[in-house]
Amino acid sequence: MSALTGRPPRREPRSILPWLAAPALVVFAGFAVIPLVGVFALSFTTWDGIGAIQPSGLTSWRAVLTDPGLPHALWVTFLVMAVSWAVQTPLSILIGTFLAGRQRYRAVLGVVYFVPVTLSSAAIALAYKALLDPNFGLGAGLRIQALSQDWLGRPGLAFGVVVFVVSWQFVPFHSLIYQGGVQQIPKSLYEAAQLDGAGRVRQFFSITLPQLKYTIITSSTLMVVGSLTFFDLIFVLTEGGPGDATRVLALDMYKRGFQASLMGPASAIAVILVLVGLALALLLRRLGGRDAGASQLEGA
Amino acid sequence: MTTTPTETRRPQKGTHRARQRPSRPAARRRNWAGGLAGWLWFVVVAVPLYWTLITSFKAQSRYYASNPLVPSADPTLENYRLVLESDFLRYFVNSVVVTAGAVVPAVLFSFMAAYAIVRGWRMRTLRAMNGLFLMGLAIPLQATVIPVYLIIIRLRLYDSLPALILPSTAFAIPLSVLVLANFVRDVPKELFDSMRVDGATEWTTLWRLAAPLTRPAILTVTIFNALTIWNGFLLPLVLTQSPDQRTLPLALWTFQGQYGVNVPAVLAAVVLTTLPVLVLYAFGRRQLLSGLTAGFSR
Repeated sequence: MSALTGRPPRREPRSILPWLAAPALVVFAGFAVIPLVGVFALSFTTWDGIGAIQPSGLTSWRAVLTDPGLPHALWVTFLVMAVSWAVQTPLSILIGTFLAGRQRYRAVLGVVYFVPVTLSSAAIALAYKALLDPNFGLGAGLRIQALSQDWLGRPGLAFGVVVFVVSWQFVPFHSLIYQGGVQQIPKSLYEAAQLDGAGRVRQFFSITLPQLKYTIITSSTLMVVGSLTFFDLIFVLTEGGPGDATRVLALDMYKRGFQASLMGPASAIAVILVLVGLALALLLRRLGGRDAGASQLEGA
Repeated sequence: MTTTPTETRRPQKGTHRARQRPSRPAARRRNWAGGLAGWLWFVVVAVPLYWTLITSFKAQSRYYASNPLVPSADPTLENYRLVLESDFLRYFVNSVVVTAGAVVPAVLFSFMAAYAIVRGWRMRTLRAMNGLFLMGLAIPLQATVIPVYLIIIRLRLYDSLPALILPSTAFAIPLSVLVLANFVRDVPKELFDSMRVDGATEWTTLWRLAAPLTRPAILTVTIFNALTIWNGFLLPLVLTQSPDQRTLPLALWTFQGQYGVNVPAVLAAVVLTTLPVLVLYAFGRRQLLSGLTAGFSR
């Protein structure tokens, strides 16, 4: 212990620290940061995905911004975001508070709830595509008229299906976040409310919901920003159709780039995707103050 | 002395202790709305899963005539045979190679970076790196896929498994560094000090002290990344072309394109591709779920 004095100067081993971080930095920079810069650069070029890349100034941007497909894709993206948020949030809060309860059977239900979280979007979309088939699906098999519609063939229905399947996949995850949030609410708050004669519903609205404020912001941020990147699910389920009813931004980018070989305009859409995501994240941050962890520190 | 993800979460799971004491008030404060939503959601989740599973064992010829919610009287493995004969073992191996090939370096590099960031917080370079990784959390994979495609072509890696491994590794790093740094930060300073007094280098301290003490977090991050990469669809779609480089989710999609009318076979393929993840879920449910929320719960 007293050998401290006999050791070589402390500075020496410290200097290897940046080298320890170097491998992560190199891989991350090479395949995430450079592509992010690259997509911006590519939006000022013309490229068919195979041949040479030609700088072409604002051509791609002009093409994208004057295309009526863009406002439509933005609108669909916004709708998917807003509707799936409005569907998922109350459900996740309810299920989260339910799961936070103590009864054993809730934990058992929980085991089933979280299965969708582990499945790939492609698998989920394929199962639903088969299940919703108007001729061979579940509804048709049960001979129930209301359930055997052309779910993916009519624009309004297909949009509803996308929102439903998105919720099916992600509600469990958000319930999990809410479950954690509910369990952190001090029990004494409820005991005090009970002494004051507040009922269960009253307690939910005046204790649980306000106490979940930061959880709601965290979950909403993940939902909203995450909804920009729904690709796998919609691609496999509807391919953006019928027509362009479910053609969200990410899908629009893929189709222009990899199906129509217009990498320039597709890159411009990718830039828009990044900007929209950034704007939303900042907006939600401003709305909510900070994320949960930071705000607790500030309060202390 | 170590705070592990399971331990920090334990208060929630401490059902046994909690159940005995306040069981009375809990019974009085019955949560009807929550209970109803809970059971309804159970049905909503369970029915498609159940339907998928039982249908995958039905013979195609009899599938249309049978009640869709009743399991087949004489279950058949025919559908599974068809799926396995369609090269699914190959796709399975591809998925394993890509997942392992990306997760191992991603977690290893992230852990080294997390250690460096926590231990070298005084250095401006390392704080800047931390900032870069934090910013990286906001980069959507979709938005970068065109330049990634270009880079992969230029590296002459197009249509190969390394083409999938490299970007998958890169996109696993930011969250892994963030989560692991949180846990390395929890290792008591005195332990680091005593290691140094004993003359250990940073390299030995990293492996002998920090790694064992953060093992649960490493496991959590590993599982989370493995799940994400295993289920990845966009990168294989864009970066591969030939059938023998397909990973499972992409193979599933092309299989549906070929056998779309054979619903039981498609569903057997769905079940087969999700089986490994479900086995993982059955054995490591707690780690897996804590992995999912690891980035946000702290």
